[in-house]
Amino acid sequence: MAHSVDFYRDADDDAVLEISEQEPASPDFCFEEDLVHHSFADLLSEQSAVESQSSVMIELEDQPCAGIENQGYIRSPPHAQYMLNDDCYDPATLKVLSFMPSRTIGRSRGAVISDYCNRTLRFRRKRARPALSDMARSMRPSIRDVAALDENCEEEVEKKKLLAELQQLTGSDCIKLLRTMPLNLSVKREFRHMTSNCKDHSCGPLENNHLPCWSRTKYNLIIAVRQCWYGFLSFLNSLQLWQIAEKQIGGRFGTGVLSYFIFLKMLLILNVFHLVMNLSFIVIPQATHPPANAKGTFSGLELLTGSGHFTDTVLYYGYYTNSSWNILDNGRSKSSALTNSSWNISGSEASNAGALSIWYNLPIAYIYTLGTSFFITCIILVHCLSKAFGESYRVGSTYGNLVAKVFCSWDFKVTQKQSVESNYENISTQLKECVTEHDFLTTASSVHQKMCNLSVHFLGWLLSLGSVVGCTLAVYYYSESMLKGYSENIQQGTHERLVESSLLTLPMLVSLINLVMPYIYNLIGLLENYDFPQQQIYVSIARNLLLKMSILGVLCFHWMGPNTKNIAEISCWETFVGQELYRLKIIDFIFLILDTVFAEYLWRIICIKLLKRKRKPEFDIARNVLDLIFGQTITWLGLLFAPLLPAIQIIKFIVVFYMKKLSLMQNCQPPHKFWRASHMMTIFISLLCFPSFLGAAVAYFYTIWYIKPSLTCGPFRTLDSMYDSAVQWVRQLDENASKFFKLSWILVRNPFILLLASGILLIVIYFHWQVVDGQRKVIKLLNEQIANEGKDKKFLIGKLHYFNRKKFKSPRKRHTQWEDEVFSVND
Amino acid sequence: MGGSASHLSKEQLSEYQELTFLTKQDILHAYRIFTELLSKDLVDFQNIRIAKERFCELPELKANPFRERICLVFSTAIEKDGSVSFEDFLDMLSAFSDSATLEIKSHYAFRIFDFDDDGTLDKEDLKNLVNCLTGGTSDTQLSEAEMNQLIQNILEEADIDKDGTVNLSEFQHVISRSPDFVSSFKIVL
Repeated sequence: MAHSVDFYRDADDDAVLEISEQEPASPDFCFEEDLVHHSFADLLSEQSAVESQSSVMIELEDQPCAGIENQGYIRSPPHAQYMLNDDCYDPATLKVLSFMPSRTIGRSRGAVISDYCNRTLRFRRKRARPALSDMARSMRPSIRDVAALDENCEEEVEKKKLLAELQQLTGSDCIKLLRTMPLNLSVKREFRHMTSNCKDHSCGPLENNHLPCWSRTKYNLIIAVRQCWYGFLSFLNSLQLWQIAEKQIGGRFGTGVLSYFIFLKMLLILNVFHLVMNLSFIVIPQATHPPANAKGTFSGLELLTGSGHFTDTVLYYGYYTNSSWNILDNGRSKSSALTNSSWNISGSEASNAGALSIWYNLPIAYIYTLGTSFFITCIILVHCLSKAFGESYRVGSTYGNLVAKVFCSWDFKVTQKQSVESNYENISTQLKECVTEHDFLTTASSVHQKMCNLSVHFLGWLLSLGSVVGCTLAVYYYSESMLKGYSENIQQGTHERLVESSLLTLPMLVSLINLVMPYIYNLIGLLENYDFPQQQIYVSIARNLLLKMSILGVLCFHWMGPNTKNIAEISCWETFVGQELYRLKIIDFIFLILDTVFAEYLWRIICIKLLKRKRKPEFDIARNVLDLIFGQTITWLGLLFAPLLPAIQIIKFIVVFYMKKLSLMQNCQPPHKFWRASHMMTIFISLLCFPSFLGAAVAYFYTIWYIKPSLTCGPFRTLDSMYDSAVQWVRQLDENASKFFKLSWILVRNPFILLLASGILLIVIYFHWQVVDGQRKVIKLLNEQIANEGKDKKFLIGKLHYFNRKKFKSPRKRHTQWEDEVFSVND
Repeated sequence: MGGSASHLSKEQLSEYQELTFLTKQDILHAYRIFTELLSKDLVDFQNIRIAKERFCELPELKANPFRERICLVFSTAIEKDGSVSFEDFLDMLSAFSDSATLEIKSHYAFRIFDFDDDGTLDKEDLKNLVNCLTGGTSDTQLSEAEMNQLIQNILEEADIDKDGTVNLSEFQHVISRSPDFVSSFKIVL
């Protein structure tokens, strides 16, 4: 892309002559000529080499519309040799070049101010005319500023310009913009005072005379609100959970291990939200109106098995009744049989009783609380996922980018000397690998080698899939036999406690599988040969995930399938499922503690004493995160059957945090491989979203729509499905309901709406895909343009150097000769 | 807090809060640490500068290979000796805080990596940078040939206008593509 260049011959040449006679740069900027030489020496030598080569070529091409540039080229051959031989260190040229905008923006305050002046201008204009797309911002100041080469003067001029721009903005925008400027605090304060002074002066008379009283109160209100907001933010910050612990962990182990703990914190907050929802809408209303039930005696075993005394408590589904209460009149309650006729009767009863009655319907509350918390969780997860995905994927970026590694891999959070040293090793290894990467890639492994690798991979996958299927079948058959044993035991009348304890064996089997299989997968992974180290991690995550999800799947089938319902001894199958989930959770927790204590602690002792290795074991991030996800899936599955399960999960998370931190500090060393933290968070959250949350949601849909609730317990007794309660409630509302409810109900149930929504979603996705495609093309074009501008720059530098050198060598003689050359174009 | 906080007036505190990315707690904590480094309780803490060597003894900076560059970049001393005043300290913490924007972080990172302060990252700067990243020991440092190859690769990828150096725009272009930068360019007091 050739641009026509306007050469203002008189002005430029004069400027060139002037600068070389000027004083060195002002003391603000610490550049020394020696140092400046380095960066331009190569450029100048390159340019002179290029000129000597290309000048011959240019002569052959006949350029009719040649500007002065081509004339210059054509004139250069006799002097090219001359330039190559001499030294490139021409002080005048270098002085000019050091004031180039692309160099000054990196070190000069005036240039920064000028750039932010441009940005403020654009920011103000943006409000009036919004741009269609977010244009990539250039950091170069505009060319017009190049003219002001005197640094001191430039800074003052730019300050005035920026001040003028800032004054046009409102107070808060002004401060926000000031905050984002990379200037030091004293300069920012100066600007702030100047803008606020000017505002005061300009508003002074206004305030006294013209400002109406409502406006003044409005401003006072805004100021008060803003101070409250700052106070609230400070309060939130001071409440930061575990901030010191996170700093310690980050300081020693880096961002990768820290992301596990951040993930744990995120899950904790999610569980707190679930608990609060369940407590306020389900548990507390029922707890204040307890049904009359006989309770058993309390013995310690209940904490483990969850049955016995705990069976008829708020912990499980079976405790809840299908009643509605009048909130205003505390004593009155009714238990609706929830058939059509009885609804009408009780409805009329209610209306007879008094005008003021708000009925709190527990079954509806149960379903809607569950639905709402799931919906909100879905929104939160999708939001987190999109944010994480947006951060880790960029248009046109390449993973394993060498430059990104060099510029971004130093973790400034790490403060311990040992960790810093291990970071040095990591980075050094990676950089060495990067340098020798083409060697690695070019040595094509022979066909034989490739076949060997493939077959080993195939074998590895076969083994893992086989083990997954084996474990799943084992769990399934064991659960069947356990149920049979349970019913037999109850028929035979064995002691209740023994029967319940025998139920603990299934969770133990599951936890044992979860404990042992990851180590086996690690072993299999070691035997295989991977091209990239990251591949090994992803493969092991995939295998572990497959195992855990298939075990959960088979357990769900076992609980919600026909088996449990056919057992006559289990009167309330939902409570039984809730108890199973409780047991699974507790045993999982116990095994986690045992694993941390024995595996990490003992392994460290073995490593150091027996194997005499200097290194402690590493913290296996992938395995621990998958354990967290497994626990969270169980909690989500259990929300319907045991509403207080999030409380147990919260306790578990708090204990796990401190335990893992302690174990980390004592037993582990920083990870050997380089973890890309943002990438990992994306993977963790997407794993949480897709198999885990979606699976739980699907299980709930199935349960609520298709499964018949038990007849004698729970808030949905005597119904065909849990969903029917909602249907009947809406039908009851119909009599006195607004059109809004009817309309929304129709909208929800109509399949056409779903089709329309998916159609719109597809269109939006296609649009965004086209936008990304277009952006890629624009990036390519812009890269080419910048490369061409670079060539222009090199050419101009060469010309400047040439002219200055001539002047430097012998000012008078060369000046006239050069003038002749330049002005002879006009002939 | 208590007695020492009384030296920092409310207006100053709110002004610092507005002009930097720090919260009130962060500023007070920074004030505490600054006065501890000064090792005497002075009233006009704003005009006192801490020498570079003393400042680099902070536990957060002690093991960091870029600590001297950080002092030099954030210092506003006229003598260019890297001495740090309280406001420079706040500037530094603000740039390294959680809520600082990517632009500020990349701007300061560029200046930290620009060892010769000439406004671009040329070959010498990149060499110094890589040596800082790999530590000083002989077994982790790159050999001459590896270093040259590495720098050539870097310039191939990052230098878009092919002038042999990486200027601020090109640096920010690389940084904007890399999501790990924001989380690694942080210092927490």
